[in-house]
Amino acid sequence: MTWAPAFLSNPERFMAFSRWAAPMFGVIAALLGLAGLWFGFTAPDDYQQGATVRIMFIHVPASWLAMFAYACLAGASFLALVFRHALADAAAQAAAPLGAGFTFLALVTGSLWGRPMWGTWWVWDARLTSVLVLFLFYLAYMALRASLDDEVKGARAGAILALVGAVNLPIVVWSVEWWNSLHQGSSLFAKGGPAMPPVYLTPLFLMGLAYTAAFGSLWLVRIRGEVWRRRAEAAMARAARS
Amino acid sequence: MSRFSALLARETALAWGRGGGPTVSVGFYAGVATLLPLAIGPEAQRLAAIALGAAWVALALASLLSLDRLFERDYEDGALDLLALSPLPLELTAAAKCLGQWIATGAPLALAAPIAAIGLGAPVSLAPLVFITALAGGLAFAFVGGIGAALSLGARRGGLLTAVIVLPLLVPPVIFGGGALDASASGLPWTPGFLLLCAYAVAALALGPIAMAAACRNALS
Repeated sequence: MTWAPAFLSNPERFMAFSRWAAPMFGVIAALLGLAGLWFGFTAPDDYQQGATVRIMFIHVPASWLAMFAYACLAGASFLALVFRHALADAAAQAAAPLGAGFTFLALVTGSLWGRPMWGTWWVWDARLTSVLVLFLFYLAYMALRASLDDEVKGARAGAILALVGAVNLPIVVWSVEWWNSLHQGSSLFAKGGPAMPPVYLTPLFLMGLAYTAAFGSLWLVRIRGEVWRRRAEAAMARAARS
Repeated sequence: MSRFSALLARETALAWGRGGGPTVSVGFYAGVATLLPLAIGPEAQRLAAIALGAAWVALALASLLSLDRLFERDYEDGALDLLALSPLPLELTAAAKCLGQWIATGAPLALAAPIAAIGLGAPVSLAPLVFITALAGGLAFAFVGGIGAALSLGARRGGLLTAVIVLPLLVPPVIFGGGALDASASGLPWTPGFLLLCAYAVAALALGPIAMAAACRNALS
């Protein structure tokens, strides 16, 4: 996978690539999402959960993407810190609000699902708490970037924090495992294959791919916006000097 | 090593003497511990159920208080530039600062923690455990807090930002320490939680200075 950052590290090449890749991912996300929703809503009711099982197709991919976006944030921060690459920093900055959004979506849909299933909006159980802490990490990262006026310093401070968080997150997840968990374990990556019939597995996979494509599209759009913003600022600084 | 001990003495003296030192942290701690029964209600049974956890969370909050001055003072008056130029690696300088912080505020807070816990209704027999847990937890709080303090150097509203950065990082020590105290109160073995807390503190001791030094270099550049 090292070819992708190497290929995209050239800003011109990145802008040329993302120009058509961003809308293309968006179209893929829309198509897959429509298909996923179609299969999701035509799937039969679960014998135990009834119609609420359909929340899974919104909820589970959101929590996947919440973690995936943090991995992207940490990876981009690492590249920005080690190679001092401006584009990697733009990628880290652009990934944070998206990750926070997916985390928030996972928390809200999980809460809405928990009400009919567990009889409560929220329990202080391992999985929920670790996702909440992940959300706090995103907030801390964005707060740090927002309160440092110097952009270069803010970028490096943010990258350090993202890496500290990457070291700390596994410990957080593992420490909250100490509590007894009400949330079920992963049914998809369980021993002996997915513990789920294909009627549910198909829409879940489609939605997972749709979320990933949507994240890719939005991420590219945000990185492009960040690049344009920096170019505009540089141009303004040049204009002010002359 | 003599450089390190000289720096440690300086940091401890500064943390102890300037800006109220341990009095402020212990005073804040006592204030939070006083507010709790007022908010929850004075029934002894209900208070006793939360005494250990409340004492432990108040400890984590009190250890946040003096963090914003940990690097900020030296950063503002230029002492941090001189420290960065010294032959002592910046990592060790950061470690000395956090150790000084621990000695000057973590240890007094650890002495106050059993008093607060007993005042809230925890059994007296748990006092030694509360003390050593608070001592080990204080080390983790100081070194994790130092990361937040170093990262928010030069930021607007640095103190508040430090708290926002540090609080999610404090989740593991709070769980481990609270778990150990809770287990001990209900007659279960408390050593696993306590040892995990020590492990987290030692990991923070080893890795925290690297992040702090990187953050300081970034702020000074």
